Amino acid sequence: MRLFAKKIPPQVNDVRLIYGLLACILLVSAPHVAHLPPWVSLLCATLLGWRAYLSYRSATLPPRWLLLIVTLGSIGGILVGFHTFFGRDVGVSLLILLAALKLLELRTRRDAFVAIYLACFIVITNFLYSQSIVTALFMLVTLLAIVTTWLQLQPGAPALRPRLRIAVMLLLQAIPLMLVLFVLFPRVPGPLWGLPQDAYGRSGLDDKMSPGSLSQLSLSDAVAFRVTFNGAAPPHTQMYWRGPVLQEFDGRTWTQGWTTRAKQPQLDNLDKPVDYTVTLEPHNKTWLFALEMPTRLSIPAMLGNDFQFQQRTAVTSRLRYTAHSQLGYRANAEEEPRELQRALRLPPGRNPRTRQLAAEWRASLHDDEAVLQAALKYFNREEFFYTLRPPLLGAHSVDDFLFDSRKGFCEHYASSFVFLMRAAGIPARVVTGYQGGEYNRLGNYYIVRQSDAHAWAEVWLRERGWVRIDPTATIAPLRVQNGLAAAILNSGLADSTVLPFMARTQWSWLLGLRANLDLMTNQWNQWVLGYDTERQFAFLTHMGMEFVTWQNMAIGIMEWIALLVGLYALHMLRRVYVRDTDAAQRLYLKFCRKLARAGIVRAAHEGAQDFAARAARIKPQSAPGIADITARYVALRYGGQTGKDALAALRRAIATFKL
Amino acid sequence: MSNSLRNVIRQAEQVILGKPHQIRLALACLLARGHLLIEDLPGVGKTTLAHGLARSLGLQFQRIQFTSDMLPADILGVSVYQRDSGEFKFHAGPIFAQMVLADEINRATPKTQSALLEAMEEQQVTIEGVTRPLPTPFFVIATQNPTYHIGTFSLPESQLDRFLMRIQLGYPDAQAERGLLSGVERREIISGLAPQMEAAELLALQQQVKQVFVSPALLDYVQAILRHTRESARFVHGLSPRAGLSLIAAARAWALLDERNAVMPEDVQAVLPGVASHRLQGVQDVQASDGDKLARALIEAVPIP
Repeated sequence: MRLFAKKIPPQVNDVRLIYGLLACILLVSAPHVAHLPPWVSLLCATLLGWRAYLSYRSATLPPRWLLLIVTLGSIGGILVGFHTFFGRDVGVSLLILLAALKLLELRTRRDAFVAIYLACFIVITNFLYSQSIVTALFMLVTLLAIVTTWLQLQPGAPALRPRLRIAVMLLLQAIPLMLVLFVLFPRVPGPLWGLPQDAYGRSGLDDKMSPGSLSQLSLSDAVAFRVTFNGAAPPHTQMYWRGPVLQEFDGRTWTQGWTTRAKQPQLDNLDKPVDYTVTLEPHNKTWLFALEMPTRLSIPAMLGNDFQFQQRTAVTSRLRYTAHSQLGYRANAEEEPRELQRALRLPPGRNPRTRQLAAEWRASLHDDEAVLQAALKYFNREEFFYTLRPPLLGAHSVDDFLFDSRKGFCEHYASSFVFLMRAAGIPARVVTGYQGGEYNRLGNYYIVRQSDAHAWAEVWLRERGWVRIDPTATIAPLRVQNGLAAAILNSGLADSTVLPFMARTQWSWLLGLRANLDLMTNQWNQWVLGYDTERQFAFLTHMGMEFVTWQNMAIGIMEWIALLVGLYALHMLRRVYVRDTDAAQRLYLKFCRKLARAGIVRAAHEGAQDFAARAARIKPQSAPGIADITARYVALRYGGQTGKDALAALRRAIATFKL
Repeated sequence: MSNSLRNVIRQAEQVILGKPHQIRLALACLLARGHLLIEDLPGVGKTTLAHGLARSLGLQFQRIQFTSDMLPADILGVSVYQRDSGEFKFHAGPIFAQMVLADEINRATPKTQSALLEAMEEQQVTIEGVTRPLPTPFFVIATQNPTYHIGTFSLPESQLDRFLMRIQLGYPDAQAERGLLSGVERREIISGLAPQMEAAELLALQQQVKQVFVSPALLDYVQAILRHTRESARFVHGLSPRAGLSLIAAARAWALLDERNAVMPEDVQAVLPGVASHRLQGVQDVQASDGDKLARALIEAVPIP
């Protein structure tokens, strides 16, 4: 019978500890539910639930053989499900399953520590999937929970609230170290968190265009890239972000075909230069977007004859470059005949009505310019609708669109316009890319989203070279002036609900909130995730450190860590080892060293008299000398004896002492 | 050391065979004006030791056997109405003695335990509004069964702290046990013991203990020990300042028993298990008996500065 509760050291069967650990594993695994097979999440949840139930009922833990079966079953399931033991998803699945299983065999304090460390490790795995602010904040909360639970394992652990306060303090104290490591930790080229085989299957422009492909993309709210202009931004109607140029048409789908790189494209009559910086989100394709017409990029990229910049490898991590463009230009006024030939090719036997219309124009009108105007007039005069949900088209897709349905998205207009031009003998091609952008007043930059994806036409006219014609602009001028949402809402067709919610909202506070959030995201991308090799070196060089490479930075950090650990060790040793501030103590330590050389070593906690007795037993012939010195030392150090004579006598005795 | 003190030790060693260290610790505790707690299994000689010491020191002796139905009045005394004089007359309880043996203290309820422990702390008792001083010198030797025994109310830390020392006797070794089994009955020996000292001499010795010199170097050592218990992860909590005072007082008494007038680190080490074992609690265990082991580990962990 115990009436007075004794303060008992933390026991691992404490229910609060178990719930803390369960919460940690649950928090840290929760984001993984989105990208792991459902059975893994389900099994993990079941195991955690089982553990919670056992704690709730104060039941005993399952026997080892049962856990072994479950463990082997999980590993087998992973092997069957993934066919491999390597890779991100497999590793994470294994980790969270084993962490959940660990809680089921929580018997000692050490097991609890293992669970805590596993949770810390799983925190890191979350960043393999997402490095957004939300993930970072969530992981911060998770870390707080982990530290709070970890504190519960310490002796005399306080209640939850004070523990939480201590955890917050600990994390706050870690901030300086985190900043130093963030700034100085060597960055190797490439994404910080990416794995080589990570599929950045993000949506983006494709290298082909068929009816419906762009309108599908326009439903996405995702950011394609962000742009900061040096100086004034061009007007919205001039913001054509050039992407893949499509030359080949099979009656339904436009594709790129080959691109000449042998010949440099020519620009003259240049006007209105623009300089800007693009931060491109990874899109897993090689092209880089720039305003028409781009002339220079700050990063190595190939410029094709069709004014298209391409990187040698796909863009799999966020990429920043500055670009220079000319809004006024004359492009390839002397185009190669081969290129012009190609820009006239049409699939045989398709769209007879369109061909006939073009032939009529050709016969009645005397030059290319007039045909072009007639076509634009046709689009303007006839009743065309701009819609995100165009009806399906048949085998003669251009005919169906131009003469029957007349409801289409930009790809329909661009495609049919180019077809008309080619049929009339005017070289033309489809250009895809983005049009416009959303201005973020707070950060003074433009956000270009997937919903800004656009397709337009380019025709080649003698003396004028390649001229941009945007048939969409003649049907839905709002599209190029104010963006997609305005155009769709204005079209009168009741399909505005298919637009992304944010694009059709009328609530300005919500839009303001979104602008703020995007600004934060942009800053985060630029300064936290975008703190790459280049920026680090620039920063360190700015700080006066030259010739830094990540190798010698790694060595430098090692040296600093070694130095700090060494200093701390010295500090600890100073407390452990005797302070020889006292003259008698110094002399006595000398005496001890003499004995130590003879193999008689005084333990740090051994008193002088005990040591003397032991030494005398080992070396009976020296016993009188040892006893004499010890008595003098003890009198000086503990007996309150003072005076130079006594000290001198001790010094003499030690100096003449021989074993 | 005075002859009488030496005789006390000698006599005690006749009664309790093979435990000279524990006898010296008990004596040091009394000389340091502290109370002693003896914790061990029944039948290893706790009562005999207390009784023998009382006889040898010539102290008035009272024994209180604690039971679970005991009330504070059974210890302190009670006022009884006198029919002829018409007044209440105080009948002093067994606590009014120079040496009180509180046997099996942890069998009593906390309320009764507190009555004794308050008396120990204050050296006086207050009954029905009247404060009555206890005799001097005043010692309490309490014995307790190991806390895991059935029917025990373990003393809370705050009350354990009132005892300067806790010692354990343990089983005697083979030779001592042989002597015990073949010799005369202990009770007869005790009743045959002659007092070796008077109360005045004991009080003088207690004064003398206070005079034993403590050097700054030794205080450094004691502080290092206290700091270690507070910083090390081995202990649930560190030693209190009161524990530090107790440690020095006991070490002084130990030095006096060793016929020295200055305290040495060895003295601290000798009394540390007795002084610290009931105040320390290891992180890994709950068994109280491990306090001794902890104290020994503590000695080895702290270098002598």
